[in-house]
Amino acid sequence: MDLISFRELEKKDVEDYFQRAEEMDHQLARKKVEKLDGIVATMFFEPSTRTKLSFQSAAERLGMQVVDFLGETSSLKKGESFEDTIRTVDGYADVIVIRHPMEGSARLASEFAKAPVLNGGDGGNQHPSQTLLDLYTLKKMKGEFKGMNVQLVGDLKHARTMRSLLFGLSMFGANVKLVAPRGLEMAPEAVEEVKKKFGAKLEFSEEIDFAGADVVYVCRIQEERFEDKYEAMSMKKKFTIKPEYLRGVKNDMIILHPLPKIDEIPPEVDKSPHARYFDQARNGIPMRMAIIKKALEG
Amino acid sequence: MLTVDTIDNGTVVDHIKAGMGRKVLDLMGIDQNYPHRVALMINVPSKKTGKKDILKIEGILVSDEKTDLIALVSPKATVNHIQGGKVVKKSQAELPEKISGVGKCPNPKCICNSEKVPTRFTAEPADGYRCGYCERRFAASELV
Ligand SMILES: [Zn+2]
Repeated sequence: MDLISFRELEKKDVEDYFQRAEEMDHQLARKKVEKLDGIVATMFFEPSTRTKLSFQSAAERLGMQVVDFLGETSSLKKGESFEDTIRTVDGYADVIVIRHPMEGSARLASEFAKAPVLNGGDGGNQHPSQTLLDLYTLKKMKGEFKGMNVQLVGDLKHARTMRSLLFGLSMFGANVKLVAPRGLEMAPEAVEEVKKKFGAKLEFSEEIDFAGADVVYVCRIQEERFEDKYEAMSMKKKFTIKPEYLRGVKNDMIILHPLPKIDEIPPEVDKSPHARYFDQARNGIPMRMAIIKKALEG
Repeated sequence: MLTVDTIDNGTVVDHIKAGMGRKVLDLMGIDQNYPHRVALMINVPSKKTGKKDILKIEGILVSDEKTDLIALVSPKATVNHIQGGKVVKKSQAELPEKISGVGKCPNPKCICNSEKVPTRFTAEPADGYRCGYCERRFAASELV
């Protein structure tokens, strides 16, 4: 079974992924992972070291072999078509993980390949394994989604992670507050979609205030997004998660981030018990093991 | 007054939004290779809209499927099938549920614009269409 877009999953599918990831967590803790046969091909047409390593590590922990297609150095440079490239690698592997800058590329690849295709990110569109691991992290750390107060903070316009996460959180009935500087708000289309589909009730703000939040999910604001250099600097400053922002927050509030982070979260915050992004990244392993296993089961 | 022959057998597309007649021809896939006569009248006076385009195509009865595609560029267009000089069927273009192989995804980062693959879109509420590849939503008029 392919995994192309979070938008086509239903609640029961996501819950199935949770259950499988949990089982993988148990197996990893007992150091007794049920081994699988087969080869996973990673095809990264643009660099994303973490996603690639995470999928490769997940495959290795399942006892599978990994072959890596190096997009930058391959025949693509010589003008081979996308279709031929996919069909060829399809002959070498049992599962294909693809990352590609063009939107819809994973969907198209899944139509050329017989092996299941897992989308490791297609441009600004989807990155479903990230969304699944984010939701799994929230479930693991916080339990119930109902009543969970989640703030999505930063550039909500350009961050693909945030759009899918909003979709997932709305699916499970969490309370979501969207915190973004003016001009970098979540696309109205994405907001409308979750309102219509899940009856999501959302809050919007331009100001940082973590009071009452159970979860703060941060993403980076790039200076290039602003025309005005002064505005860019001041927004960047405001949306950098400073230690004083953590005064008066709930004791068990957690901060998540898809990583890599640059300067939007300073090192002082890393030491705080609220900072849980490295644990979040670790959850990528059981979730991606679950995704690979489910893909092979058809 | 400019006159154009009536046709005995074929299709008349009426009430096309002024200026959209050429797009309708494109959607029908009709060009100089089409074996019969085709007349496109633009800026025809209209009581309702001021002016409109009219298209007369000899020799084919435009299918319902193609009729619906016309709605993408001109939601109020009507399609009349003519046989033996009489109107045998009159239908209104309605936005189709699914579109494939016509139009263009307006997203330059969409894979369907860089690979040779047929476009595909699915209708969403309020005149929207979602691309089957990049999953972005567009207004019907943006696709053609
Ligand atoms: Zn598209």
